[in-house]
Amino acid sequence: MSPALQGLMTIVIGVVGCVGYFYLSNQFLDKVLYPPRGPNAGRNINRANLIRPWLFLFPALLALGLYLAYPVVETLRLSLTDRVPGGGYKWVGLQNYQQMMQEPKFWEAMRNNMLWLIVVPAMSTGFGLLAAQLTDRIRWGNLAKSLIFMPMAISFVGAAVIWKLVYDTRPLEQDQIGVLNAIYIALGGAEPQTWLTTPFWNSFFLMIVLIWIQTGFAMVILSAALRGIPEETVEAAIVDGANPFQIFFKIKVPQIKNTILVVWTTITITVLKVFDIVFAMTNGQWETQVLANYMYDKLFRADDWGIGSASAIVIMILVMPILVWNVRNARAEMK
Amino acid sequence: MNNIAGSRSALVWIVNLCVLGLVCLWLFPTFGLFVSSFRTADQIATSGWWRAVFASEQNLTLRTAPPETQVQQGDMYVIEGNLFGENPDAVISVWGVSSRDIDAYTPGDTAELRRGGEITVQADGAYRLVNSEAFEGKRGPRVFVTATAPPELTFQNYKNILFDPANVDGMAKAFFNTLTVTIPATIIPILVAAFAAYALAWMDFPGRALLIAAVVGLLVVPLQLALIPLLKLHLSIGIGKSYLGIWLAHTGFGLPLAIYLLRNYMAGLPRDIIENARVDGATDFQIFTKIILPLSFPALASFAIFQFLWTWNDLLVAKVFLIDASGQTTVMTAQIVELMGTRGGNWEILATAAFVSIAVPLLVFFAMQKYLVRGLLAGSVK
Repeated sequence: MSPALQGLMTIVIGVVGCVGYFYLSNQFLDKVLYPPRGPNAGRNINRANLIRPWLFLFPALLALGLYLAYPVVETLRLSLTDRVPGGGYKWVGLQNYQQMMQEPKFWEAMRNNMLWLIVVPAMSTGFGLLAAQLTDRIRWGNLAKSLIFMPMAISFVGAAVIWKLVYDTRPLEQDQIGVLNAIYIALGGAEPQTWLTTPFWNSFFLMIVLIWIQTGFAMVILSAALRGIPEETVEAAIVDGANPFQIFFKIKVPQIKNTILVVWTTITITVLKVFDIVFAMTNGQWETQVLANYMYDKLFRADDWGIGSASAIVIMILVMPILVWNVRNARAEMK
Repeated sequence: MNNIAGSRSALVWIVNLCVLGLVCLWLFPTFGLFVSSFRTADQIATSGWWRAVFASEQNLTLRTAPPETQVQQGDMYVIEGNLFGENPDAVISVWGVSSRDIDAYTPGDTAELRRGGEITVQADGAYRLVNSEAFEGKRGPRVFVTATAPPELTFQNYKNILFDPANVDGMAKAFFNTLTVTIPATIIPILVAAFAAYALAWMDFPGRALLIAAVVGLLVVPLQLALIPLLKLHLSIGIGKSYLGIWLAHTGFGLPLAIYLLRNYMAGLPRDIIENARVDGATDFQIFTKIILPLSFPALASFAIFQFLWTWNDLLVAKVFLIDASGQTTVMTAQIVELMGTRGGNWEILATAAFVSIAVPLLVFFAMQKYLVRGLLAGSVK
């Protein structure tokens, strides 16, 4: 069967199945199990209302449990075991973690990830704040916004191709076709640089790609927050003789502190999961390894599920503080 | 007061210029790739894309026809032709035969070749190689020319990538595979999530707050954790690496955001409508399908766009759950990464392939930006 046809059938089966499930299960509850008639009508209605939410929730809970909750536990278990040749698993305790800690590649990935975690959220939020503040004050601001926002729609892989062209290097005697080297040579640089293979700094050239993508996100959210600031506070500051910079840093920024924090953490999560950019541009060579790519390497190239799972758990542990913070915020908001 | 007004208008100018600079900076890389996808391999390899817009002076490295085309005229061996091929439209200003001395001669001059023989090059690219002995080797000697060529943009790259079935680097198949992955993976989670979101927003039951908190928590669980356990699961229940597997995976991974977005939106709908309907005897199922679902259209659209962009642009999930050794089910992102490995220097292929995959999300982005922004604002945990 051709995949397209299979896809079409899946849509039909999926949609009909879902609607059918919800409709029939509700009908069953109301007509057969607890009909709101007869001597027990009142009790039946109450019972039906107790059960109904779970009918609505069941498919989603099943999928969430199976595809997100169970894997966390299973990955934890796998990280503490080794596969035995010929099938089966052997309990090895923390041995995978110990082995991982002894690998220089792991520490390289950790170091790079920390750099990414510092640089990318800071730069994206900074640029986003700048763009939000500036575009709100000019006539063609909305057009400017959608152009800065545009990279959000581009895949990490597409972005990798786009930026690889920017970083391209040709021998000195030829015309440079990468913008960066062309500018570098025009400004008097002696030798064209191979930006992506020079250790340490090459990580930053990879980070630029993600900053380029995430700035639009930060800008959109922060721009909405800036607009939500009460006019009176700004007007009062103007009357008191504050200059534009004081208004921005002393009046506006403190009022949107929470939103900035949200943007920061959201980008932090994206950074922790960043895989495609590194995979496509350097594949972790030249000391650009990051955790997510390290994990992919371990799982699918080295075929070492133990260490691969262990590194996935490391990512999870790094995400944990933000997870807890988010949950607490959400709960506080609901009260 | 004059002072303030004056500094204001200057400030407005600075702001405008800053934004212009920022926009250009952000647009430049994409625009470069876009222009490159319309240039021939030669053009891309020899000059920066920013020169493509103007009639430009380019330094080209060209070759004469190979020695096998030589003819004997008297006791001399001759190779004749045009450096620019069949239809020359460039004008040579200076040329040379050594890479260290590319501007040694003007058109009409005759130069000595290192390997023996002489070459004469005219302004239109016509050349004549003469030697007393037969030319040897596989390829003709290199000629370095500085020529002014009119800008030339071509659709040939797109024809090759999309419509040439014999092209092993073609993207047509991958394009349809991506589409096949994306559409069911966008539609199915919406439906599942909408019912759950309604229950979490408008039904009262013990454990509701806990469930909402769990959804918020699952929002940030890295999907890296799910790869091995789920692949194991899929293999053991016989789905293996297949479309069904990736549809299920995308559904699972998209659900937390879907439920979160939709619940927030539904919870904000006016209570009166729902209570009136209840009083009039509507069941929850009716309230949901007849009232909530139509009213929630903006939130549904927001999520649909997110999920579409995410599944279309995804590489990791496709690599793990779909693409097998046969390569028949490769998606565009994976194909592009492959091309970056095998065709790293062929920018005409890479640029075009990348743009084929970028074009659809960009269209969706510009057409539905309103919903995307709305979804972002609702989706970031406040």
